Amino acid sequence: MRFERASMANSVNSGLGFFLALFVMMWSAVATADENFDQALSKIETGKFPSISEGVALLVDSDDARVATVLNALTDGALYRYKPESTLVYLHDKNDEGYLVSYVSSADKAGEKFVVKSSAVKRVGVNNNLRNEISSALATLNLKNPNVEIRLNALRESLASLNPASLKTITKMATTEKNSEAKELIKTAMAMGGLKSEDTAIQLTSISALKDSLEPAVKLALINMESASDNAAVKRAAKAALKGIEEKLVRYSHLETLFFGLSLGSVLVLAAIGLAITFGVMGVINMAHGELIMIGAYTTYVIQLMMPNHIEYSLFVAVPAAFLISGLVGIAIERGVIRFLYGRPLETLLATFGVSLILQQAVRTIFSPLNRSVETPDWMSGLWQINPVFSLTLNRLYIIIFCFMVFAALFLILRKTALGLQVRAVSQNRSMARAMGVRSEWVDAMTFGLGSGIAGVAGVALSQLTNVGPNLGQAYIIDSFMVVVFGGVGNLWGVMVAGLSLGVANKFLEPFAGAVLAKILVLVFIILFIQKRPRGLFPQKGRAAEG
Amino acid sequence: MKKTKFALTGLAAAMTMSFSAVTMSAEDTIKVGVLHSLSGTMAISETTLKDTVLMLIEEQNKKGGVLGKKLEAVVVDPASNWPLFAEKARELVEKEKVSAVFGCWTSVSRKSVLPVFEELNSILFYPVQYEGEESSKNVFYTGAAPNQQAIPAVDYLMNDLGVKRWVLAGTDYVYPRTTNKILEAYLKAKGVKESDIMINYTPFGHSDWQSIVSDVKKFGSAGMKTAVVSTINGDANVPFYKELGNQGISAQDIPVVAFSVGEEELSGIDTKPLVGHLAAWNYFQSVESETNDAFIESWKKYIKNADRVTNDPMEASYIGFNMWVKAVEKAGTTDSEAVQDALIGIAVPNLSGGYSAMMPNHHITKPVLIGEIQDDGQFQIVSQTPGTVVGDAWSDFLPGSKDLISDWRKPLSCGNYNVKTAKCSGQNF
Repeated sequence: MRFERASMANSVNSGLGFFLALFVMMWSAVATADENFDQALSKIETGKFPSISEGVALLVDSDDARVATVLNALTDGALYRYKPESTLVYLHDKNDEGYLVSYVSSADKAGEKFVVKSSAVKRVGVNNNLRNEISSALATLNLKNPNVEIRLNALRESLASLNPASLKTITKMATTEKNSEAKELIKTAMAMGGLKSEDTAIQLTSISALKDSLEPAVKLALINMESASDNAAVKRAAKAALKGIEEKLVRYSHLETLFFGLSLGSVLVLAAIGLAITFGVMGVINMAHGELIMIGAYTTYVIQLMMPNHIEYSLFVAVPAAFLISGLVGIAIERGVIRFLYGRPLETLLATFGVSLILQQAVRTIFSPLNRSVETPDWMSGLWQINPVFSLTLNRLYIIIFCFMVFAALFLILRKTALGLQVRAVSQNRSMARAMGVRSEWVDAMTFGLGSGIAGVAGVALSQLTNVGPNLGQAYIIDSFMVVVFGGVGNLWGVMVAGLSLGVANKFLEPFAGAVLAKILVLVFIILFIQKRPRGLFPQKGRAAEG
Repeated sequence: MKKTKFALTGLAAAMTMSFSAVTMSAEDTIKVGVLHSLSGTMAISETTLKDTVLMLIEEQNKKGGVLGKKLEAVVVDPASNWPLFAEKARELVEKEKVSAVFGCWTSVSRKSVLPVFEELNSILFYPVQYEGEESSKNVFYTGAAPNQQAIPAVDYLMNDLGVKRWVLAGTDYVYPRTTNKILEAYLKAKGVKESDIMINYTPFGHSDWQSIVSDVKKFGSAGMKTAVVSTINGDANVPFYKELGNQGISAQDIPVVAFSVGEEELSGIDTKPLVGHLAAWNYFQSVESETNDAFIESWKKYIKNADRVTNDPMEASYIGFNMWVKAVEKAGTTDSEAVQDALIGIAVPNLSGGYSAMMPNHHITKPVLIGEIQDDGQFQIVSQTPGTVVGDAWSDFLPGSKDLISDWRKPLSCGNYNVKTAKCSGQNF
């Protein structure tokens, strides 16, 4: 230890520094009670993976109260080496002046924060092997953590790699644990320990205790049991338990696929619903629809740039902002290009296609052709874990809810507001509406703006799922048209039903056919369907539609 | 007609003078073609390479150019449109009379220009990792062949991380399909069972990864260490990693090693869900070497943005450009045939502190690095081959190509020589 430290310091300083380092070392060795802890730190400080690994092992043995803090800082990348003193420091904050740090181990200076230049510190990096070691070390430590959530995670982690030591700790916990979920996990762990018993009776009771558990570790243990055990009764019991578990797994996997389908469907609906207004209600083939979605996504990016410290709220600002900006761009396209081309669908198609290329290249020029990074707020990332094999991803869940909200809002606008009434009137019979005093030009602009604004809002949602880049729009334009045509042009309900059913169908096909073929099959189905029913699922009825 | 009209005025006289000055100087320069998409889907990756080549040309001109002449870049935009690549290549070689072309990214663009370069006997430097199974007389491959990227990565996962089950996930086109075919054969040769390999292809720009990630999760819960080998291309990566993060799969549970994710791609991503996942390349910006420090510094200065990063295809462009300069100086001429001969055996410094040499099969030697993604979008190098690896044009693990070799030195001069039948098929791709 002495040699290592000294040579370290020597490489940094020399001469006088050498003695200084020696002095510091001796002094700190006297000052700190736990020598193991310090020795571990000096190993970690070298920054070399093998010796960090040794250091971590030493830390775990040292039983020091600070161990968890050090290990957490190490995995979070907050542990730095302060080069001039070759000692470890915690990073608290980065700002323009430098890094705000504090000593990890120092008797009288502990907790005291000071600012250093960013070049004076270097982060202690970890690799996956180390992360594994640290997390299993932390799991054992965390079993004693007063926080229930941390304890639960630690229990789950220990289940996967159950060893005699952790089993002993867990067994001790059984008497003191109050939380029911944790109790359940402890029971599972103890039953898994029971599987390893020599006694057949204990093995059998363990198997029956485990037969309702969905933990992946349990399934593995039972599979091993079934193949390795030489007792016929045990084998049978394990087989029966496995069969039960397998059935449950299949049921949950269907539920999961349904959720995936709904989620894909809600994305399709969001992308298509703006088009349902511009194409469905107004009859304009708007090839720039995808780019309006893209503008919404870029709006999210810009909003996040403007409020870097409030990423959690950025989406709430981005939704109205994207609606306004995409809506305004939409109105500009309508007034500048489309209004001259009403009744000439082919020319409209070409003109809007041109507009879409212009918008894409404009974005490339303004924001660079590289994708932009849109952050996911913390409340949107992660899982809602319902049981060990079934969980819903939060971002998808929120987007499904958001899709329904947008749909409801649009529905209300079209049904309950004056604008909605006029939009419907113009779309059903333009000349009659004009005769009744509706300013049809104004209504056209507003309708197109509404559809474009909704596309922008969809862009905000998509920015959370996919790349924000110049090609974002192209990826969704085909799907959007597909949904609108399938659902029946001019019908909002049709878009909803079509989007969700295409999503679910796609996801149920995917496991058998693969992602590429599933998409092709869905397209083939739509082609055949349109042959039979050219007006889609919910065709518009009445005289207006016939014309 | 116009010219005579103009000639009447003094202004026009000045113009013609300056015009002739341009043509004069043009004869004193050596033209270099840059064939990278500046618009369309591939602009995201290729624009950087165009800038890299322009920077290298500028630096070379500061050093006095090549053979006493200044270099002049001719930049064209094939707009991510594969047939247009061939047209633009022809324009560069026939009309602009460039001495060499630096360009292409996707394999399909390379396949599209290849007949043009062979017909006109010109030179193309191709700077991107690719699926191999090709060796053209006129193409110099400075990116990685599968044995310089995919196979060492699989070795690392197998030996260092103890991976037993494999998910080969890729985008549905030629590079992932061929690479995965090679990897599958390699894994089976190493004794991995068929049931422990899961292969999955997705369309370009795939964004709904829910079911696939869920399948990977199930595949990985069989009690054996599982890893994903990803040949997923560009854009589709972000939603893929996001979905992994959202479904709670961390790099410790199921590491993903990617062959198409580099610093440039990471700079447009929220890196939180990616930390700890791996990538295999021949260069990382975080490589510690003096040449690399100098390169990064001049790149940031040239592009006037301190936040821009460097990446592997940029290094490949750097190596290719320097090899061409050296070969032209060695040959003493820019004549295509002479430069092609001179190129073989040329060695230039790479950015990781060593040297890369052009082999007779038109592939180069380079070290293979494995890096873990960090939260700042950089890589921490966790493994590095002790020496350099020679690029293999024809994979040793595919039944159709294991007997093939490529050697463009005379007298063999063949890109597809079968050592068993001792015949040169002449079919180089």
